[in-house]
Amino acid sequence: MMLVIAAIVFWLAMWWLNQRLVAIDTGTDQFKARAINLIVPLIFGITLFVIWELVVRGLEVSTVLLPPPSMIWERITNSLPILWQDFQQTFLKAVLAGYIMGCGSGFLVALLIDRSPFLQRGLLPLGNFVSALPIIGVAPIMVMWFGFDWQSKAAVVVIMTFFPMLVNTVQGLAAAGSMERDLMNTYAATWWQKMTKLRLPAAAPFIFNALKINSTLALIGAIVAEFFGTPIVGMGFRISTEVGRMNVDMVWAEIAVAALAGSLFYGLVALIERAVTFWHPSIRSSH
Amino acid sequence: MTAGSKTIPVLTIVAIIVAIWYACVIWMNAPFEYDQAERAKTEPPGFSELISRTMAQERPVLPAPHQVFTEIYKTTVQKKITSKRSLVYHAWITLSATLLGFLIGTALGIALAVGIVHNLAMDKSVMPWVITSQTIPILAIAPMIIVVLNAVGISGLLPKALISTYLSFFPVVVGMVKGLRSPDRAQLDLMHTYSASRAQTFWKLRWPSSMPYLFTSLKVAVAISLVGAIVGEMPTGAVAGLGARLLAGSYYGQTIQIWSALFMAAALAATLVMIVGLAHTQVLKRMGQKPEGAAP
Repeated sequence: MMLVIAAIVFWLAMWWLNQRLVAIDTGTDQFKARAINLIVPLIFGITLFVIWELVVRGLEVSTVLLPPPSMIWERITNSLPILWQDFQQTFLKAVLAGYIMGCGSGFLVALLIDRSPFLQRGLLPLGNFVSALPIIGVAPIMVMWFGFDWQSKAAVVVIMTFFPMLVNTVQGLAAAGSMERDLMNTYAATWWQKMTKLRLPAAAPFIFNALKINSTLALIGAIVAEFFGTPIVGMGFRISTEVGRMNVDMVWAEIAVAALAGSLFYGLVALIERAVTFWHPSIRSSH
Repeated sequence: MTAGSKTIPVLTIVAIIVAIWYACVIWMNAPFEYDQAERAKTEPPGFSELISRTMAQERPVLPAPHQVFTEIYKTTVQKKITSKRSLVYHAWITLSATLLGFLIGTALGIALAVGIVHNLAMDKSVMPWVITSQTIPILAIAPMIIVVLNAVGISGLLPKALISTYLSFFPVVVGMVKGLRSPDRAQLDLMHTYSASRAQTFWKLRWPSSMPYLFTSLKVAVAISLVGAIVGEMPTGAVAGLGARLLAGSYYGQTIQIWSALFMAAALAATLVMIVGLAHTQVLKRMGQKPEGAAP
């Protein structure tokens, strides 16, 4: 009981601290404002973990139900080789291969149908429709077609990432205004020149939007596809077998790795976006 | 672009896809037929015979569309709804988990968004974590949540609905925060000159102006809750629901069953999104806004 009370006290103290922090008038001090914007969510995150630890220990929740963070951390440090193997199998093979092929083919198809408004009008509603479908369900079929190894997982990822990319690229290519296009016409620009100098840069925010959506979709697709059959390695395989053995701390360790990989992947795409679309208002205004 | 100008292109593309599908059926199922002929030590079938045979296999690599639709017809119309082999029964189980999760997720999402808009500390501390929470592949944890909750005695609808909740609250939070902040300075100042309280500002200005954003998010949320419910059904040992049908089909190589469950799920998703879309236009109409112009 003491630990639970400690958790509540800690939470209240941190809440008060955060309220004070956001109330600080930073004025024109850029550095100070940024530091506060970084510290406040950090404190909130730490608070969550501390409360988790204290409540689990205080209420003596069974570790099968929810292990405390310290136990999960211990498991991560103890089983790094296994985690690394699973990461290689699922992320470096299936997710990356599928992501590159899916996004690449979605982009290429969007470029191919660019000259045909007929195909665009047909494919856009269909693409939007398919994006709302539970595509993850094709996983068993892909496992049947491409076997148990990472190729079938990559195939699921390709299908999941293809449509968001297609729809976003087609919309992005239509984003350049008619003024700018007319200007390119008066320059007698070729299709290729119009593409590289005007339309692709204008489409970049849309394309990066798809890349960001796909970065999380790809990881989910690969892991879920592993539930339908895998060689004895991989994050999805580990999660499903360790759940069966009630080794919940190992499952949480895999989840931590997956979350970390997902966040880093997303962050990397977001960083590249910043570098490429530096001119876009949504990025300029944050400075 | 009116609706009419889309119909013909969409139908054309659908026709092309169906044609490619039939071509693939012949191409992918042919090896099995040749193999059968070789084992029976008979002549390999001629072309026209090959075509008819590839479309009537019991466990084809790729079932033909008409096989899938016959299966759907058989398992929906010709079976009693209460039968365990009826697809309607399985679809209903999935749908109930989806709807429960969707409702909880929407309520939670709106509550969080209201908190974020009204409290600066919450905005700065919660928002980054809401975004981080979505980089966790929740669908990957779904089996663990289900198994663990089963172990403590919570089973049935709720665990599946919780996964749907986790997935659907995110688009609602992001959309509602945007929507509740969409009234501009001048409108807020006007409320101020009326000396409106915070609650009045909320109900009379922020809430109505967030509606277009809410419905756009709800469309995403309802589709994603269905995915959550389907994946949530997989690890429970394939008892009932569309996800269980998928898993059972993959265990026993019943490809037609997998495809029919997949089509049912697609139809369900389309219907749900359509219902939300209809509610969207209805609400905006009653508020006196034009549906197109108001969407973010």
